[in-house]
Amino acid sequence: MRVNASFICALSPLAKIRYCIFMSLTVSNLSCQRGGQTIFAGLSFELAKGQAMVLRGPNGAGKSTLLRVLAGLIPPLSGRIDLNGCGHKNRDDFQEMIAFAGHLDAIKPQLTVAENLRFWADLFGSNAFDQTMQDFRLVEISDRLSHTCSAGQKRRLGLARIAVTSRPLWLLDEPTVSLDTEITAQFTALIDQHCAAGGMALIATHIDLGLNSSTELYLEALTRKTLQSLPESDPFLKGDWT
Amino acid sequence: MKALLIRELRLALRSGGGAGLGLAFFLIVVILVPFGVGPDPKILAQIAPGTLWIGALLACLLSLDRLFQTDSEDGTLDILALSPLPLEMLVAVKAFAHWLTTGLPLVIAAPVLAITLSLPTETYIWLIASLALGTPALSFIGAAGAAITVGVRRGGLLLSLLVLPLYIPTLIFGAKAAALASGGGDPMPALMLVAGLSLFTVALTPFAAAAALRSHLG
Repeated sequence: MRVNASFICALSPLAKIRYCIFMSLTVSNLSCQRGGQTIFAGLSFELAKGQAMVLRGPNGAGKSTLLRVLAGLIPPLSGRIDLNGCGHKNRDDFQEMIAFAGHLDAIKPQLTVAENLRFWADLFGSNAFDQTMQDFRLVEISDRLSHTCSAGQKRRLGLARIAVTSRPLWLLDEPTVSLDTEITAQFTALIDQHCAAGGMALIATHIDLGLNSSTELYLEALTRKTLQSLPESDPFLKGDWT
Repeated sequence: MKALLIRELRLALRSGGGAGLGLAFFLIVVILVPFGVGPDPKILAQIAPGTLWIGALLACLLSLDRLFQTDSEDGTLDILALSPLPLEMLVAVKAFAHWLTTGLPLVIAAPVLAITLSLPTETYIWLIASLALGTPALSFIGAAGAAITVGVRRGGLLLSLLVLPLYIPTLIFGAKAAALASGGGDPMPALMLVAGLSLFTVALTPFAAAAALRSHLG
């Protein structure tokens, strides 16, 4: 099955087809270090087609880092990520399946709301622009310059980008921050809809979203003691340089 | 790709984009030179190509430090890295947009300023040619420098230190082409070398810049 999947992975124009047939995220023994500090180690989990996973854990447990690693923005120290049979080292094909929303909304203050979203829609080759403008109630503020928008409106615009990119795996880092309850509910419904269509979502959040079908992954903040039991693997910190 | 280019141009032209800034700086620097050197047309004509070229280098540097910095600060760079457009192409488009908004206006303004430096009229065409062929190299080398310093606080200063030495070959041959033309020599070889340098940097620096951006993201 894996041979098959990676064969399809190589034919990247068939992304849409791949989206329907093989849909899984497998993370095995993943570790990540930043600045010599281990953020998490030995992390393994699986996410199947149509599933959403909620990432929980205290501040500093590595939720955001994990999402960035899964997005292929930070290389992991060790371990493997397989998305539909496509390994994380095959970066271009891998990233082609990912929609990522971090803490920052990736909005240009000098552009209007519509111009901002239009740019992402054009860049990602999407035709869902009008629909998304309506879904996220951006039509009434479409001509406003983004720097005059409220924090909640900016967040809506940031999340609208996820919807226009039409990619199978959504990685969302505290998406509901500064959203009102109505929009939060609508956005949750959108995640459910995305999963029902065969997509997957990984959401780091502190609130209860009330998703239809979701599993939870709890990340623990690593204590000093557990850190000491981990193998040191950064050559710059081994003392080789002193 | 077209979407990105349009967005870059739009951002540069909107308030705070700084497209006119480089041009204004160029005008002021070059106009200051006769005040410092004195009004002797002979001396001015002799230093005119070098002055215009150095003015162009510095004007180009002004807007370079924001090339990737703003995108990095507001999270746009993360999303651009995930877009279907390869990062190398992204760098190339951004550097090209930088040239359109900074380099090209300088090329157009240069003959006007050459009058204040009493450069012989028949050499204008060579001056324009050398700047037109050379300024793309400035934008593309600068893009690599901007990518390397993207995560550095006050990276603009570091960027200047990194990039200005790399501008030396372009400066030498660019100014030489215009100087040779005004001195009655054959400017073609120098001009060809400038064009070669531009092509070289356009082909190679996007890869260097993309590698630097990747390591910054990680």
